[in-house]
Amino acid sequence: MIEPNIEKKSKRLKPKKFLFHIVTSAIALIMLYPVIWLIVSSFKESSSIFVTAHSLIPEKFIWTNYADGWKGIAGQSFGTFIKNSLIIVGLSTIGAVVSSSLIAYGFARIQFKGKSFWFACMMVTMMLPHEVLMIPQYIIFAKIGWINSFKPIIVPQFFGHAFFIFLIVQFIRTIPVELDEAARIDGCGRFSIFFRIILPLITPALATSAIFSFYWKWEDLINPVLYLNKAELYPVSLALKLFLDTESASNWGAMFAMSVVSLVPVILVFFLFQKYIVEGISTSGLK
Amino acid sequence: MKSRAFKDNLSGYAFISPFIIGFTAFTVVPMLISLYLSFTNYDLFTTPKWIGLANYKEMFFGDEKFWKSLSVTFYYVLAGVPLRLMFALFVAMLLNQSRKGIGIYRVLFYLPSIIGGSVAVAIMWRNIFGNDGVINALLFFMGIDKKILWYQDPTSALWTLILLAVWQFGSSMLIFLAGLKNIPPTFYEAASVDGASAAHKFFKITLPLLSPIIFFNLVMQTISAFMTFTPAYIISKGEGGPLDGTLLYPLYLFQKAFNFFQMGYASAMAWVMLIIVGLTTLILFKTSSLWVYYESKED
Repeated sequence: MIEPNIEKKSKRLKPKKFLFHIVTSAIALIMLYPVIWLIVSSFKESSSIFVTAHSLIPEKFIWTNYADGWKGIAGQSFGTFIKNSLIIVGLSTIGAVVSSSLIAYGFARIQFKGKSFWFACMMVTMMLPHEVLMIPQYIIFAKIGWINSFKPIIVPQFFGHAFFIFLIVQFIRTIPVELDEAARIDGCGRFSIFFRIILPLITPALATSAIFSFYWKWEDLINPVLYLNKAELYPVSLALKLFLDTESASNWGAMFAMSVVSLVPVILVFFLFQKYIVEGISTSGLK
Repeated sequence: MKSRAFKDNLSGYAFISPFIIGFTAFTVVPMLISLYLSFTNYDLFTTPKWIGLANYKEMFFGDEKFWKSLSVTFYYVLAGVPLRLMFALFVAMLLNQSRKGIGIYRVLFYLPSIIGGSVAVAIMWRNIFGNDGVINALLFFMGIDKKILWYQDPTSALWTLILLAVWQFGSSMLIFLAGLKNIPPTFYEAASVDGASAAHKFFKITLPLLSPIIFFNLVMQTISAFMTFTPAYIISKGEGGPLDGTLLYPLYLFQKAFNFFQMGYASAMAWVMLIIVGLTTLILFKTSSLWVYYESKED
């Protein structure tokens, strides 16, 4: 590798190193500026947010924005919205990861008739614009009376998620088949091979899938917009949209405060699992 | 005694059965319904009425908004995707060095992409580019006295969406970074010995060797750019304004279906979108042989 060489060089070429940090920090600052601005604004007085938009230091910190925002909207506290989001995200993620890993094992390790056909079907699903499915799915779920419940959002996740299946299949293929064969000789059936041998080895792929399922469901807006019409069922994303729609109250501080709250779990997961996330992206191209 | 092949077939189908059930129930059946509805007049409450190709005729010859939303979408894709990829490649090359703190930079650059799809970010973006927003405040600070009314002019309103997409370059950057790390350093060393300039190295080594990764990013980002919905929906408050300047195709489709209850028409629009995305992907694949360089694997 060339690394030690570069290290030596960069010690000698001080100005170049300096320039690198200047340029990179400048870009990083531009990247993060909007986020910092959002956080700072959530502590400003609603009336002064746009008067002092250029300033990143509030004249005084207004904590009540958070209390105001937490009171929520349409008679529901923000706690309700967070609870709803957690139910939807939690169940969806469990469903997607469990089903996708079973399906992935079938595709990766078992030879059966018609396998390539079903695999191709799965790959096509990944490319399909969801607009094509949105209307008929809405009609079906409306006909069976699932409107105003979490079911249309959660239940489909229990039948595997194409991207996660693909990701886990690719991962299982890196595990030596000899492990399966050895377990088979020891008298293990397919299911116990999957459960005892494969499952512990694919945790990085499962973690990546779980993290992305969390992100996609947490920020999902269109499904809640379609299927949930009662404020007490709203997840965080839809509640924030409602905040924005009723902005005539112009309680900007509260809205920004709740925007920040809605990002806390996302950023928390990011910093806790960034190793998995970065690996998951660069190997699979998710997100 | 049953054969192993029979047992394998049985257990194979047992493992993938959730996929087969889900694929049938949530993809195949909806697609057939959608195709049928695209030839009907359907308002969700009365029975669908067969009208043949009338929806498609109306779309192509009678609906100016359809063409408008299509051109807005193409503008968004053609401007946004290349800018995003160029920026991603630039930053990836910047980060492809072994220096102290590189891990922190990588994380910081990636953060906007991870929070990017959320409603909070769209709300924030709307206010940053608002008339009294921080962008105008900064321009004023720098001595530019004229306020830019970003959301009054259709083109600049669309550009706020494009800039939002460019800002979220993180995932492409990470894929580029992984690709750059796979280029053997000996190539660059040999070029240096031959006295090649930095630009020469970039065009003769980096770009060709990275072209499969560029292609992958291009396809993925193009498909997802065609489907952009949430930011346009939030930033324009579901209207797609001003003057339909941010009326991305998925947003117009959504309006037709769920504001005007023209389910048949919206289904026809969905099929046109499917064909456009399919054709675009096909064209990208067909033209890829002209510029994507695949190393023949000899080892």
